[in-house]
Amino acid sequence: MPKPEILDPQGKAVQGALPRLGFTGVTDVRQGKRFEIELEGEVTDAVLAEVDKMAETLLSNPVIENYTVTVEQGVAP
Amino acid sequence: MKVGVVTFPGSLDDVDAQRAVRIGGNEAVALWHGDADLRGVDAVILPGGFSYGDYLRCGAISRFAPVMEKVVEAANAGMPVLGICNGFQILCESHLLPGALIRNDHRRFVCRDQLLRIENNRTPWTSAYDAGQEIRIVLKNGEGGFVADAETLARIEGEGQVVARYLEVNPNGSLDDIAGVANERGNVVGLMPHPEHAVEELTGSGLDGLGFFTSLVETAFA
Repeated sequence: MPKPEILDPQGKAVQGALPRLGFTGVTDVRQGKRFEIELEGEVTDAVLAEVDKMAETLLSNPVIENYTVTVEQGVAP
Repeated sequence: MKVGVVTFPGSLDDVDAQRAVRIGGNEAVALWHGDADLRGVDAVILPGGFSYGDYLRCGAISRFAPVMEKVVEAANAGMPVLGICNGFQILCESHLLPGALIRNDHRRFVCRDQLLRIENNRTPWTSAYDAGQEIRIVLKNGEGGFVADAETLARIEGEGQVVARYLEVNPNGSLDDIAGVANERGNVVGLMPHPEHAVEELTGSGLDGLGFFTSLVETAFA
């Protein structure tokens, strides 16, 4: 997600469109990205640390974005 | 001097940059993103364009190109590196320059002849200009809004790392009207507008961009 202090022009565009469609009461919209990463084997702490590293080095830019990593077991077919 | 110009998949202004290097009195050397080799150049330019389609974030994937490992190494050793537009974005993603570039605040692509003030003429890319000199060169970007946290912004302002500032209008929401920044050492410079398109009367909007390409010669013989 873009950090709270960083302007989010895309979120602002969405926020501007919602009232035009009749959706009221929206005070802010922020737009981020979601990556679904499938992994081999069990998600151990070491594997999670590796995913965290992916998020920090490539998937996000820590200068302007925050990220969180969540694990969903067994969702892949 | 031998000046390398890197071509990434999706670079657009690499050939213009090579030409500007030659018009500026230096030798242009084509560098390829996939080769971890700087071919003995004395300086490097990362040109404008949409490398890797701007996927993920502008410059985020190019940063990990094999050639960039060498560029980062050389930049840290003091080699002059100039990033123009997408090149600026790549340098920020590489953490060679402070801050980041985000989508223009008005959310539209901007293409205009832009007036700038050269704030720092002590870099190897701007020494041909007078401090405070005003130049007009083309600006064309969709994601050119320069942002940094308050502490970083205060530091780069305090240390004189702002290389160029937008005058008349702020075309993209950049904080403090910043159009270009340098690293602490001053050898790495990123600039959102395009000096390589203003080096010759016949094809450009003037000659105001030429200084970025003649400065290297002045630096070398200074």
